[in-house]
Amino acid sequence: MISQSILSELKKIVGPEHLLTEREDMHTYSYDAAVLDSQMPCAAVMPGTSREVGKIVSLCHENRIPITVRGSGTNLSGGTIPESCGIVLLTGRLNKIIEINEQDMYAVVQPGVITATLAAAVEKKGLFYPPDPGSQAVSTLGGNVAENAGGLRGLKYGVTKDYVMGLHFFDAQGRYVKTGSRTVKCATGYNITGLMTGSEGTLGILDEIILKLIPAPKARQSMVAVYNTMDAASETVAGIIAAHIVPATLEILDNFTIRAVEDYSHAGLPVDAAALLLIEVDGHPTVVAEEGEKVEALCRKMGAKQIKRAETDEEREKIWSARRSALSALAKLKPTLVLEDATVPRSKIPEMVRALQEIAKTYRIDIGTFGHAGDGNLHPTILTDKRNTEEFKRVEEAIEAIFDKALGLGGTLSGEHGTGIAKAPFLEKETGWSAILFSRQLRQAMDPHNILNPGKITGVSQ
Amino acid sequence: MNELANLVKELEEQLVICIRCGMCQSVCPLFEQTRKEADVARGKLALLSGLMENIFADPDGVNQRLNKCLLCGSCAANCPSGVNVLEIFIKARAILAEYKGLSPVKQLIFKKMLANPKTFDTLTQWAGRFQNLFIKDQANAQGTSCARLVSPLLSHRHILPMAKTPFHKTLTDLSLKGPAQGSVPATSPTKGLKALFFTGCLIDKIFPNVAHASVKVLTHHGVALTIPEGQGCCGIPALASGDRKTFTRLVDHHLELFKQEKFDVLITACATCTSTIKKLWPSIYKNPTSDVKEQLKQLSEKTMDINQFLVDRVKPDFAMESSGITETASKTTGDIVTYHDPCHLKKSLGVADQPRKIIQAAGKKLVEMEGSDKCCGMGGSFNVYHYEISASIGNLKQKNIADTGCTTVATGCPACMMQISDMLAKEKRNIKVCHPMELYAQFLEENTQ
Repeated sequence: MISQSILSELKKIVGPEHLLTEREDMHTYSYDAAVLDSQMPCAAVMPGTSREVGKIVSLCHENRIPITVRGSGTNLSGGTIPESCGIVLLTGRLNKIIEINEQDMYAVVQPGVITATLAAAVEKKGLFYPPDPGSQAVSTLGGNVAENAGGLRGLKYGVTKDYVMGLHFFDAQGRYVKTGSRTVKCATGYNITGLMTGSEGTLGILDEIILKLIPAPKARQSMVAVYNTMDAASETVAGIIAAHIVPATLEILDNFTIRAVEDYSHAGLPVDAAALLLIEVDGHPTVVAEEGEKVEALCRKMGAKQIKRAETDEEREKIWSARRSALSALAKLKPTLVLEDATVPRSKIPEMVRALQEIAKTYRIDIGTFGHAGDGNLHPTILTDKRNTEEFKRVEEAIEAIFDKALGLGGTLSGEHGTGIAKAPFLEKETGWSAILFSRQLRQAMDPHNILNPGKITGVSQ
Repeated sequence: MNELANLVKELEEQLVICIRCGMCQSVCPLFEQTRKEADVARGKLALLSGLMENIFADPDGVNQRLNKCLLCGSCAANCPSGVNVLEIFIKARAILAEYKGLSPVKQLIFKKMLANPKTFDTLTQWAGRFQNLFIKDQANAQGTSCARLVSPLLSHRHILPMAKTPFHKTLTDLSLKGPAQGSVPATSPTKGLKALFFTGCLIDKIFPNVAHASVKVLTHHGVALTIPEGQGCCGIPALASGDRKTFTRLVDHHLELFKQEKFDVLITACATCTSTIKKLWPSIYKNPTSDVKEQLKQLSEKTMDINQFLVDRVKPDFAMESSGITETASKTTGDIVTYHDPCHLKKSLGVADQPRKIIQAAGKKLVEMEGSDKCCGMGGSFNVYHYEISASIGNLKQKNIADTGCTTVATGCPACMMQISDMLAKEKRNIKVCHPMELYAQFLEENTQ
């Protein structure tokens, strides 16, 4: 419990209407988008300025109160599920785009800015902010940085960490730390920016983010390749990468997902196809034309029975809206949806796809597989009903089997959703004990009272 | 509380569909203002799950948060999992109100007034006569008034006065016996088609001109109309407050009234009435007999928004109507009109193109505003209980309207018309607010004999 005097201190800092303590409100900050048990905090604060953020952190440091920062709560690994004795710090009011610098191609934002809002604002100036996580319409940039969020364009353009040039943050003791710069190159001091990115709110609380922007590509070409077997489709993915072609996006949908999407959106997808590849190449018009042809030829050679190019913007939009609706379409089938993001080296995609099909059979569960095949990041999506405890137990076993397979192929537990609570128990399998110990010591040194988002990332028991 | 938890269990199968993805945050007009989770659908659905799990000592906190919602349906229209948010919220409001009891004021309004169309008509007519004592005309483009004395209920609203004569009082003067003098060609899709016009409270009492315009337009196109006397409220205000009993009484009243009529289609010019009759009558009516169930189903299928009816069913040749009248048309095209999508038309019923076609058919230049389908912030009783937030949402809307440089904003819902009038009047904008039917009726008047 947090004492009344501390609550009134918090109230003084943010103003009475921005401190929430009622049980009902606490219940609404007890979960995120991960399928995990909820946990109510003691209070939620909504600061409006960085000064207020600093004061909150200092107060919590003095009184050893855990802080969990929450943007839009779309986290898929439980990173925003708070501690029962702690507070939730909401970034909803810290939502200003401070600067878009066209000359030097960077943007400075507060952590609560919505990803899609920034993307639209820079697009108006002919620039491009590529990271596009599935939740971009609601996700915050602070959350994207804290989780190192990915998206559909990871293959060619990388993920959030590739765009973070610098950060300003409060450390666990409330000191203001500036790291990185507004320059393309920066070699001063430790690369704290890199360490902070993906640290899930355990090393500091973000105040300002400097993001790299790039020129928008001049041309793009989208196409859909239809396959009779999942094998042929996944071999094509490996083949395109092996031919050293880097499309902007290279996505796969399995038959289960195709049927769900078609039922949902009536986009005219071939429901009898075993798999679809959705591909987009972008860049300079001549390069796009050349790469487009190469990709098409490769698809045919590797067994695509049909290839359709998008000739108009409308056709292109149709392809990508089908892909974007994949999760929604699957979500409609059953009450509980567990979205995994185990990732493997791209040459191993065919093997991973086969393994997923076997796991679905072995554990008698429904798995729809789609995702960013081009960067090795598949999204096996398990459909279940959490209330069915017997089935859910099989689901948990299947998830572990997926993790083991991905690691066995030289992959990772999480491509883009983060470790959080969900994957913390499995972390040692991937990194080994020393890496966990190193992380814990680092954390202990930076945050001696363990107030920054405790319970996340660094293994289970502390 | 255990008893309440059991009552809420009725909603379990609908509640578990929410996967807490949080996508509703991107479209909720209320959340945009407050950024509080309890204000967005995901938070409210979680609270209802909490009630079901019996984690709260009393239901007041949940009730209060549940009622802070515009019921605009933006979340439902955008929900990846297809959670039927509106139905859940309305049923939950009813469950809570039945558990807790309605407040005395609401009991008076709903049970004594609204549930009885005749009393309601009489009361509002008195109000219409005496209103000048309390409010003063602003003589502005929207025709609004504001309070002479500062009253807590009205605060600084610019309200639209009650009409001197409500529409239903003029019914006997209207000749609705059949198609207008001009002949209806045998091939016309309206040949032999009989329509029932459902007026709705706001149109009847505040915007009778919308009803007159609708009658003019429908008659012009050879639609045989019937407008039964004794119509009342569609029931949405009662439902929004969880008063399922009054709602049921109103539905029963209308079922009985409509039984005496033969009609192929029920038309309303009010987006909210249309969506209530079409969607909520069949889904919220508690334990209907198989007979009532069938009646509600048939009625739902017959119910149509007037813009949609005109464009999709009557299919007039708008191009021909405007040919040969270029001189007068060019006179009217000086008007630049923008269109606001009422939530209950676009998000609830998917009607968006049709009213735009009507505006263009009326010879107006249509310009799109930014976010034409963003909620205006009215939300019925939301506007009464949360006026400040309602006004800040509405203010975004009036800005988007004004930015188009239009002279008129049209919309297919009288509740939106009220809110937009209030917002524009406050900013002293010289922009008229009307229904597409008013524009089209005026066009027909100017261009036909």
